[in-house]
Amino acid sequence: MFLKEYFSTVFKSIGSLLKGMRLTGYYFTHPKEIVTEQYPDNRATLKMADRFRGEVIMPHDELNEHRCTGCQACEIACPNGSIKIITQQELQPDGKKKKRIDTWVYHLDLCTMCNLCIEACPTTAIVMGQNFEHSVFDKKQLKKILNKPGSKLKDGVE
Amino acid sequence: MSLLGEDVMTEDGEFVINMGPQHPSTHGVLHLKVWLDGEIIKKVQPHLGYIHRSIEKMSENLSYRNFIFATSRMDYLSAHMNNEACALTVEKGLAVEVPARAKVIRTLMAELTRLSSHQLWWGCTGLDLGAVTPFFYAFREREAINGIMEETCGARLTQNYMVPGGVMFDLHPNFQARTKEVIKQIKDKFDEYDQLLTGNVIFEQRTKGVGYISKEDAVSWGCTGPMARASGVSCDIRKLFPYSAYDQVKFEEILDTGGDCYARYMVRMAEMKQSVSIIEQLIDTIPEGEFQAKTKAVIKLPKGEFYQRVETARGELGVYIVSDGAASPYRVKYRSPNFSNLSALPHMSKGAKIGDLVAIMATIDLVIPDVDR
Repeated sequence: MFLKEYFSTVFKSIGSLLKGMRLTGYYFTHPKEIVTEQYPDNRATLKMADRFRGEVIMPHDELNEHRCTGCQACEIACPNGSIKIITQQELQPDGKKKKRIDTWVYHLDLCTMCNLCIEACPTTAIVMGQNFEHSVFDKKQLKKILNKPGSKLKDGVE
Repeated sequence: MSLLGEDVMTEDGEFVINMGPQHPSTHGVLHLKVWLDGEIIKKVQPHLGYIHRSIEKMSENLSYRNFIFATSRMDYLSAHMNNEACALTVEKGLAVEVPARAKVIRTLMAELTRLSSHQLWWGCTGLDLGAVTPFFYAFREREAINGIMEETCGARLTQNYMVPGGVMFDLHPNFQARTKEVIKQIKDKFDEYDQLLTGNVIFEQRTKGVGYISKEDAVSWGCTGPMARASGVSCDIRKLFPYSAYDQVKFEEILDTGGDCYARYMVRMAEMKQSVSIIEQLIDTIPEGEFQAKTKAVIKLPKGEFYQRVETARGELGVYIVSDGAASPYRVKYRSPNFSNLSALPHMSKGAKIGDLVAIMATIDLVIPDVDR
């Protein structure tokens, strides 16, 4: 009686194993249904989603002008302190002094890509970039200055 | 010879081993101290704290808009539900009415997250019990859901899509078409799941009758989610205390009376089908309109205490905020499902074999960052 049960269990297990194997066999013989992506070989064709959050970037136009007024709303909105904006008083042509950004420091190593700074920005000076390959050999390189050298505020952005 | 301050062999001849914190089947940095008599487990003691990031304390220094992002890192597989719980609590305090569109979007996203979470669990359960193949098949469907998340929310895992008053962006134009396609694909693949694992004799023998917990014990240990429902405890927050758009949809609360690993497995498999049905009911009737209610730039909750609970993929998550009227919470407390579910592990695994401990842990579906927070 015990032996009978034992052997029936053995055959049942083999049967259920074969049932599973049939499925793997199906995919083995139908390679077109395999969905694996060959990263990094497909780098040339790889396109991230429009809203993908890879890093914070500050777009500059062809005149090397950005839209950041230095209001520091993003710095307040950032939960991790990964944004540090250093401002200075700049003399304007009309003789008045106005607050302008000196350096826009972005600590990529602290950033969690939560998008709260982008939401907070009143002038859409910063956006999320698509680049996600951030590995570097020295972590000092993860501290970035987003405003380009010599750049200035676009006219009409207040 | 001593190991962590105690002898390897106790006076009664029990052998003490440490499972984890780097054991692959503990799914994270959980450390279990196991007292063994031969192969029989005499006692299990979970040691926590290896991934404690003090999210609760951190929230006290963050504004009501900012503290939500950190909850994605608690139970990272149900990030949407965690964010939603926080957003709902803040909305409760502000007495803001969330637009109908945002409610439906939240429900859709939560159910997609539940699907992807249960798929990961299904793959990992197979992996823990020695079947490597299910893992790849589970990730195939999970990948499709992650693609939808990436398109609409901008991230795959830690989305931070819920904000007080609604959702961060509107749905992506492709969302409806793509979700319908994925749901259709997933529905076809449920048969494959059953073919691979459910009916397998080896799998059934390793899970049936293993890790039994009775209805009374499940209640007294504070178990929630699929784990308690497998013991027959009706505890689905979506059904009992509907939030977001769950009062607009018809779905069943899956209950099982087995109380063992196999019952927990079957409950989760059936829940996936319920999630699919909820998404199908909502996907064609997303109301038009605003996706975010207007809130002040600096949110200040009135003085008082606010509590909101939601059903995550693993059970009941409660968010408790004490406010003193300032711009950041005075105290935040998370009632996490995994912590309570883990507390029942020593009770469930007493008298089981050492190999069954892995099966029990797999079907509790632990996410360790949620235990420690």
